[in-house]
Amino acid sequence: MLYQPQTREQSHPAHQLRVRNLTTTLPTSKGHVAAVSDVSFDVAPGEVLGLVGESGSGKSMTLRSILRLAPPRAILSGSVQWGDEQLLTVPAGRLRALRGRDIAMIFQEPMTALNPVLSVHRQIDESLAVHTDLDARGRRARAIELLDLVGIPAAASRVDDYPHQFSGGMRQRAMIAIALAPQPRLLLADEPTTALDVTIQDQILKLILDLRDRLGMSVIFVTHDLGVVAQTCDRVAVMYAGRIVETGGVSDVFRAPHHPYTRGLLGSVPQSGDERRPLLSIEGTPPALSAMPTGCAFHPRCTFRSARCEAELPLLEGIDAHAAACFHQAEVMAANRGDG
Amino acid sequence: MSGAPSKSAAVLEVDKLHVRFAARQSVLKRLMGEPKRQVHALNGVSLQLFRGETLGIVGESGCGKSTLARAMVGLIPPDSGEVIFDGKDIGTLRGIERRRFNRRVQMIFQDPYGSLNPRMTVRQILTEALTVHRMRPRPAIAARVAELLDLVRLPPDAAEKLPHEFSGGQRQRIGIARALSVEPEILIADELVSALDVSVQAQVINLLLDLQERLKLTVLFVAHDLRLVRHLSHRVAVMYLGEIVEIGKTEELFAAPRHPYTRGLLDAAPDLDPARRSRVASVRGELPSPVALPSGCRFHPRCRFAFDRCEQEHPVLTERGASHLAACHLADFGRPQAVAADVDESVA
Repeated sequence: MLYQPQTREQSHPAHQLRVRNLTTTLPTSKGHVAAVSDVSFDVAPGEVLGLVGESGSGKSMTLRSILRLAPPRAILSGSVQWGDEQLLTVPAGRLRALRGRDIAMIFQEPMTALNPVLSVHRQIDESLAVHTDLDARGRRARAIELLDLVGIPAAASRVDDYPHQFSGGMRQRAMIAIALAPQPRLLLADEPTTALDVTIQDQILKLILDLRDRLGMSVIFVTHDLGVVAQTCDRVAVMYAGRIVETGGVSDVFRAPHHPYTRGLLGSVPQSGDERRPLLSIEGTPPALSAMPTGCAFHPRCTFRSARCEAELPLLEGIDAHAAACFHQAEVMAANRGDG
Repeated sequence: MSGAPSKSAAVLEVDKLHVRFAARQSVLKRLMGEPKRQVHALNGVSLQLFRGETLGIVGESGCGKSTLARAMVGLIPPDSGEVIFDGKDIGTLRGIERRRFNRRVQMIFQDPYGSLNPRMTVRQILTEALTVHRMRPRPAIAARVAELLDLVRLPPDAAEKLPHEFSGGQRQRIGIARALSVEPEILIADELVSALDVSVQAQVINLLLDLQERLKLTVLFVAHDLRLVRHLSHRVAVMYLGEIVEIGKTEELFAAPRHPYTRGLLDAAPDLDPARRSRVASVRGELPSPVALPSGCRFHPRCRFAFDRCEQEHPVLTERGASHLAACHLADFGRPQAVAADVDESVA
């Protein structure tokens, strides 16, 4: 087995990602809008952080901003600290070296992330040639080993196939193999299982967790599915309208949400034992980025709102502990207890 | 909520339905005399839809659930088998009879963007449905449009807007309003909320539950999301590669699935409780091609419990309890006593 995480840890100190006050502003026809506002979080070595939210909540943009992959005209501010480097300000050449080797990314649509005219072998080889000093024969052996690692059957005979010869689940596995080729310390996963069927999603999620254990990497997992968060993540950050509204350990947040939005999201998911009863839905729809409500962005949809929520923006206090950006946390928690 | 529907009244029935589509094949290969390749979308599906119930159809992509839904409203003519409504095969209905069937059995589609004409206002969309089926005299139409919008909880000014001016959830409500405008008895909902965000999903689900109660609708709810199907349905049918592998009352089927595929599907669905984690994938392998179906039991290449017989002999749906059927050679799989032992095993 070539994959021995211990050998790596000698050359690389344990990295930690520290994101502070990250803000991503996009120019639009309606003026500048903040897709990500004042987002702060940490990812410890080996930890899986879930970024969860609905469409337009800024979760994917947060992920892309970490690697400066936001659209070209986007304005980034705040700080993204990786080890002792500032990713938002390091020179482009240095960033290119870090992308892929230290921090890799996988996407929702493997067919758009994979090159359709190159064989899977060529695409893994590209990454190995840049980030390792193996010779061609060594790289081929490593490519086959990687495909085997991500669970592609008969890897040696499939390595020269093209992406279209793979099924959806296998493409996702191939993309993971490419991302893992240089043994990254941090994997950014942008809805990697959303397009997959539930049994294949289950296989891929468990694969990512296995690889996390074997390779000792950290993972940021962007998803809209609370069940996926519950099953895969250590900590969770819930995003709404570009901000983190609640963060904490997965079991704490799921057991007793402090923010009305988190409470509403959890209540929107049907649970066993409540068949054919109305769900605890959230009325209305998320605001457009160009027409953000004053104060707390969630107040127009919130059943706990008061005058203060319309005037003043609640801030998230704390980064590692269970915290929520809400003035009415006590009421939300009381309501949780009322649910039994 | 409403009690279990009475057994006798099957309003829509499907009998040994087969649907095949021609698969893509090059002209050269056809000239060389290769046999025609076909996608086997439905392979002998039989089921009954009872008055007032919600029957959930669940399965992964390519299992034939949408084909079944479309065949049941007559959008896809079956290769063999029948869809029976009011004692008649819908394939034989012509003229006014066919129109009456169309009115009484309505379908709501997954894609609210694709199923609403972007150039028609909501008023025009609803008026069209009301006039085609002569639901109201012309002067009464405006009042009915307002009534329908109120029914699906859209504001009255929505009538003058175009579909693109609405959010996804609102657009799905327009689709529901259009289906309800002709006062159908049966609603066939194909992935009704799959394209929506979870908080908006819940709004539409609540609306559907409420409308079903008030209008005494019979609903066929087709979805890939087990949680939603469980929440809405009185009975659930699980499909795999164009067949029903298990069908039964929702509580029974979810509490003690009697087919290994159902069991795998339930285990694969990510549980909302972080304390109930498993690190082992519930079903191995991937869906085989519907062009070349596996021999015997279609599920055997992925089944952990498969034995010799599964490769050779195709299992048929057999009784597993009161109105609970499963198609598996292991007649005792998931028997409630056996389940208790299984659970202990997986906890240990």
